Amino acid sequence: MTASLRAMGALVRRALNEILRVPGGAIPGVLAPTIFMLGLSAVFGKASHLPGFTASDFRTFIVPVGFLQGASFTGAATGVNLARDIEQGWFDRLLLSPTPRPVLLAGLVGSASLRALMPASFLLVVALIVGVHWPGVLGLVVAGALVMGLACVMALWAVMLALRFRTQQAAPLMQIGGFIAVLFTTAYAPQALLTGWLRDVARINPVTHVLDGVRQGFVAQVTWGKTWPAFVAVAGLMLVLGALAVRGLRRVGV
Amino acid sequence: MATAEAAVPRVAVGRAAPGLAITVLALGRRALRNSLRRPQFLAPLIVFPSLMLAVNVGGLSRTTSLPGFPHVHGFLDFQLAAALVQSLMLGGVSAGIATALEIEGGFFDRLIAAPIPRVAIVLGRLLATGALAAGQVAYFLALGLTFGGHIEGGIAGVVLVLAIGVVAGVGFGGIGVMLALRARNASTVQGIFPIVFVVLFISDAFFPQNLLSSPADAVAAYNPLSYVADGMRNPIIASISATKVIDGLIAAAGIAVVAMALSVWALRGRLREE
Repeated sequence: MTASLRAMGALVRRALNEILRVPGGAIPGVLAPTIFMLGLSAVFGKASHLPGFTASDFRTFIVPVGFLQGASFTGAATGVNLARDIEQGWFDRLLLSPTPRPVLLAGLVGSASLRALMPASFLLVVALIVGVHWPGVLGLVVAGALVMGLACVMALWAVMLALRFRTQQAAPLMQIGGFIAVLFTTAYAPQALLTGWLRDVARINPVTHVLDGVRQGFVAQVTWGKTWPAFVAVAGLMLVLGALAVRGLRRVGV
Repeated sequence: MATAEAAVPRVAVGRAAPGLAITVLALGRRALRNSLRRPQFLAPLIVFPSLMLAVNVGGLSRTTSLPGFPHVHGFLDFQLAAALVQSLMLGGVSAGIATALEIEGGFFDRLIAAPIPRVAIVLGRLLATGALAAGQVAYFLALGLTFGGHIEGGIAGVVLVLAIGVVAGVGFGGIGVMLALRARNASTVQGIFPIVFVVLFISDAFFPQNLLSSPADAVAAYNPLSYVADGMRNPIIASISATKVIDGLIAAAGIAVVAMALSVWALRGRLREE
């Protein structure tokens, strides 16, 4: 158990070291959610004047989307880094180590959950500066936990693809998965204002619950009714994608 | 990777070097063929703007009822120009990445050593970007019509959208090529991806200028991208207005001329260093 934790810790540290060694690689992922938040609120800000819009300010409504986008980019980056490690042979050396494969997976995914806090923190600071509503300590804790959880989910998705395609050229596929998961929700407008197919997709997309959970502190109060479905959605996605990623990992080198 | 000898027209011993037009055509054909062979370069030009279009239309269709929103058949019609501009700008990034990869891979050096007009290296790439831009415009118009969009300007409208799109696409390609010639590596060119969105967000590509929040509305009034988007949007959402279309064409041509001049200037700078 202790050895497994130590191995996980080493993998997490290695992933975090990359941020210090190649800061240029992390900058786009950190900046992009903030650019989107500022840009989308400048462009679509007047949408909050529509009858039935559940926030008085579009920026407050869109900030949680930026948090989830950051988590999604971080998850995809974990998959791209793994694909690079596979291409360069580093991952083969990891597989030869006596560390159980699920522990390797946990290390990779754990690093994504911590890295996701970087774009989220930057976005939060900028958002508060431009006047976004303070979500309260509880709202922030819930949002942070959900962002970390979703980063794990997206990392599992990206790891699964990296193990399947074994090349960095699968990067767009990893990113598009996160893009669809986050934006095919109530990202731009409340459920009642969505139209056509997006309304139906948002209703069945589990990430909508995660977004509602992150958003609740910003637009209103944190409630148990919005919190538990968000955590159940994250846990369910982790379970399904985790099983698929472990299966992919077991097939490597067999 | 194809060799320079295979890309440029063959020259028999004792005969003059090929002219500019033949070389541009040969390099353009090669660049286009390479782009079509690499779906990882083409996918972002189509997939991301298509997804954004889908999300914007599904999520914000009701904004057409906001006071001040121009009369449109639907939000899809309004958003088509945004998807087009976005796709064309990403086409410019893609042209830059392709050029940077040729520099990294040594193909560019072999082209310089070949007996061809140097400016053909830039013009060939831009020819391919223009051809690709025509395909992008056709794809998004077809996508719009498939999902219930209207093109009020009819066939003439389609031709005008295509014309502005191709000229603007060449302009964005020129910016990408210029950056590639200055930076010389693909990852730096890829780094401008977020800037594409910054420039888009401070134009009226996504939403009417009078409904943008401050200060985006003020910046959008001077952003040439707004004129390109309006020029392409006008034939889609209304009967053709000469002013909007001409403004769009002038803005697109302005971007193209400046970007081509900058990329040729960057090429000369690079040749001096060689």
